[in-house]
Amino acid sequence: MLFLKYVVASLRSQAQYPGSAALLMLGNFLGTGVEIVALLALFHRFGDVRGWRLGEVALFYGLVNVQFALAELLSRGFDVLGTELIRTGSFDRLLLRPRSLLLQLCAYEVRLSRLGRMTQAALVLWLCIDSAAVRWSAANVLFFLWAVAGGVALFVGLLVLQGTLAIFTVESLELMNVLTYGGVQAAQFPLSIYHGGLRRFLTFVVPLGLITYYPALTLLGKRDPLGAPEWIGLASPACGFLFLGLALLVWRWGVGRYVSTGS
Amino acid sequence: MSAAAPGSVPGAVAPRLAFGERLRPFRAAFESRFSSMLQYRSAALAGFATQCWWGGIKVMILAAFFRGGDAAAPLSLADAVTYIWLTQALFALLPWLADSEVALNVRTGAIVYDRLRPVDAYALLFARGLGWLVARTLPRAALLVSVAALGLPLLGAQRWALGAPHGAAGGVCFAVSLGLAALLSTAVLMLSSAAVIALGTDRGVVALVPSIVLVFSGNLLPLSLFPDSLAALLLLQPFAGLLDIPLRLYTGQVSGAPAVAVLGLQLAWLVLLVALGRRAVARALERLEVHGG
Repeated sequence: MLFLKYVVASLRSQAQYPGSAALLMLGNFLGTGVEIVALLALFHRFGDVRGWRLGEVALFYGLVNVQFALAELLSRGFDVLGTELIRTGSFDRLLLRPRSLLLQLCAYEVRLSRLGRMTQAALVLWLCIDSAAVRWSAANVLFFLWAVAGGVALFVGLLVLQGTLAIFTVESLELMNVLTYGGVQAAQFPLSIYHGGLRRFLTFVVPLGLITYYPALTLLGKRDPLGAPEWIGLASPACGFLFLGLALLVWRWGVGRYVSTGS
Repeated sequence: MSAAAPGSVPGAVAPRLAFGERLRPFRAAFESRFSSMLQYRSAALAGFATQCWWGGIKVMILAAFFRGGDAAAPLSLADAVTYIWLTQALFALLPWLADSEVALNVRTGAIVYDRLRPVDAYALLFARGLGWLVARTLPRAALLVSVAALGLPLLGAQRWALGAPHGAAGGVCFAVSLGLAALLSTAVLMLSSAAVIALGTDRGVVALVPSIVLVFSGNLLPLSLFPDSLAALLLLQPFAGLLDIPLRLYTGQVSGAPAVAVLGLQLAWLVLLVALGRRAVARALERLEVHGG
């Protein structure tokens, strides 16, 4: 498969500098993992937060970080579209190749270092399994995978939108980091601890809340303190795919209006 | 300037100059870096937006925890909110990475020009680094403070606003401490720069330094909210002086005689780190090999 060939090529190029790859991965692990230090310190000092125990919040944390780490692995090409591809003119070359543009961008520089976030998120999920907040029955494991897929779709959708913006601004907008990295930050805690305005934003505008909060409730077997019916949990990961679909429509519209920088 | 000073050209004859005159090259280095960094307006705006969002989320998370057990906290929620906003305002003042210019100069070989200048190499790098940090901080801090201190009360969100300093004495101590923090931050930056020069790449620094700064400066969480058993240790380590000590003075967590003590602590770390940095930079420059250019 062509996608795998691209991935293998980028992995081999990183393997040329093993020390550098290892350091970058360690940096990513530590840089994303320190958030858990704050979480532990806050729980140590204050105890439960509005009825949420540490093991439960750890599920939100682990879930959103696994989702984002996978999405980052898959859509690096959209992330650096402005700075590395459009400004340099390389994007024209991608457009000329008789292969799918999406495939080329998704497989562009799959970076090992992103596994750092993945590793720390997996460790936190381990903590959460240990605390017995979730019963890992076969149905729950399947549902967990469905929830992860929905989240990956949502984050890829956000990065696709960031790439679409870059077509017009010819730079990678740092502002989108508010939604991606900032979204991860916000979704590490249950939606119900936030104030109404932010909660509505995270539900209806950028459905980050939907793809972590409701699925995690279902996994925990908890009723929503805000009173949403239970079927929402099962269906909510689909919102991620819906968002991705809309983002891809915007993307196609944007690519149609692409004007090369000519350099 | 003696011929033995690191960075000076051996054998160069330096005329004796007045003190102000001797500082001139460093002031020029500071000013040129300062004004060039002020040009990056869109980066400043993006940084501002990011800090606003981050601050808002952190304030809400802390508020949720405080409602669980206010008595368990060594500072009030209002002080914690003020602390968070100032953390966001001063985000760019922390030594997250090595000065990007140093890594670039090592790679391109342009660092050779710096070696040839008849001035103290460490002081020159220090002046540039300070200019870089301060210029990146000022616009973001001004925007964020005006929104968090004036904008939020106007919107009726008085409870979530950045509060005033703890009395006039608190304000003065904060101002002094902030100045020391800027210098201390530059001193840490110089240690990173020495590592970049010695290793020839900024990869190692990028991997380790940000996490250490994030946790131990208080940017992640006010240091006093960590478990009480760690309190003394966290206050005494050098990174507390980058952010946590100025903010403790601002919110009045430390006042009176202890305030003078923590200022002394900041100064002591500054002297120590500058001494270490001078040696590290001098050694790194001595062993530097430039591959063409």
